[in-house]
Amino acid sequence: MEKTTRANQSYEQSIHRIGRIWMSLALLVILAVPLAISVNFQTWPALGSLMGGLLPIMMIYVPIGIIEVITFSPMLGSGATYLAFTTGNLTNLKVPCALNAMEIAEIEPGSDEGEVISTIAVAASSLVTNLVLVIGVLMFVQLAPILSSPVLQPAFENILPALFGALGYLYISKNWKLAVVPVSLMVVIFMIAPTAPVGILIPVSALSAIAAARFMYNRKMI
Amino acid sequence: MADYRNSTFMFVLGAIVALFVTVQSIVFLRKAWQEGKRRGIAAEVMRKTVLSSAVFTLVPSLSILLTMLTLSGALGLALPWIRLSVIGAVTYELPAAEAAAQAMGASLIISDIPVSVFSVITWVMTLGIMSGPIFIIFYFKKLQGRVNKIKVEDNRWGALLISAMFVGLISSFLGSALAGGVVSILTLFSSALLMVVCLMLEQKAGFKLFKDFALPLSMIGAMALAILYSNLLGGI
Repeated sequence: MEKTTRANQSYEQSIHRIGRIWMSLALLVILAVPLAISVNFQTWPALGSLMGGLLPIMMIYVPIGIIEVITFSPMLGSGATYLAFTTGNLTNLKVPCALNAMEIAEIEPGSDEGEVISTIAVAASSLVTNLVLVIGVLMFVQLAPILSSPVLQPAFENILPALFGALGYLYISKNWKLAVVPVSLMVVIFMIAPTAPVGILIPVSALSAIAAARFMYNRKMI
Repeated sequence: MADYRNSTFMFVLGAIVALFVTVQSIVFLRKAWQEGKRRGIAAEVMRKTVLSSAVFTLVPSLSILLTMLTLSGALGLALPWIRLSVIGAVTYELPAAEAAAQAMGASLIISDIPVSVFSVITWVMTLGIMSGPIFIIFYFKKLQGRVNKIKVEDNRWGALLISAMFVGLISSFLGSALAGGVVSILTLFSSALLMVVCLMLEQKAGFKLFKDFALPLSMIGAMALAILYSNLLGGI
């Protein structure tokens, strides 16, 4: 038992060490892109123009970036968090993918086994997205007219309802009491402000779900 | 200047980034696989996870590819490829690029963006999304320690807390879809219904595959129905 606990702790330590190394390398690689472009094309952005574009974006995306880590990392586990926050597309791909994988494997999110399954799911997903994008680059001429055809537009415009309808059924049918407050709150907010960005409302929705869960847990309603 | 946006140099940068992401994914896959073996998770379960995740990823990846093609009109093919291979998302890249272009008095609707504007766009798109990864490097381990502490102190509440976060995430998208017009609502309910059908086929008729691929099947089915609804209702 003690041996298992030690082994689990050693995995936890090593995944954080490897994760931090890879995350730091990723930041260097990502930053090297604009740097290489500026060097190669000999065009450095003036500080004023850079800040003019950057400030409005950072005002929104700095808090979102931090809130996403706080919201998604307990669901994803350590390994998957390090990988998903390098490869991106979290809400529309990596988090649902990890959820789906744990559901199929009948493993609780946040458990030790969930950590493994979630990491495998995010890694497989990242590899496939990468491959699809490479194919897209190589076959740009052939694919562009098909993907951007007007016939298919309603399908791509409704990809999120198509994803979250099925995923919503899976989770809400099992935890319907947890869903009453956040779903009601989100419907009201979106009816008042239909164009509100979902990214900003995810933490609001998550916090309302946690508060409702705590209320019901304390009163032994769940 | 020839089309600098689609120059060999830009595609070499894209290839380096794609290679980096591939290697990192393989390293983490290997590490998780070894850990799974040590924890006694059956190889079959892990293999199935790879397969179902790969299949599930195909459709959202096509949507990401579509964004790449959309952005390619103004930014060329290589930069959207690079940006969509790393941290960021469809919902981030376009506003970030447009904000940068506007700061330079340009816009993404023009197809001959000067290289000076292009350079600012690449810097803004890159720097604007760095907060998450930087936060992870410095604080994630501490954060994870706190979550683990909650789980150790009260295991049932720890599990409920994570379930509540999931439900919160899903609820925000359900709310958005329910307020998104008739086609969006019909697509949402069709997807849920298709999921019920897939699970029934698995439980009643014993088709195991319907459980493993229930999510991509429901998703593709609902997207196909969205085309039908949109044509019937005229895109309401």
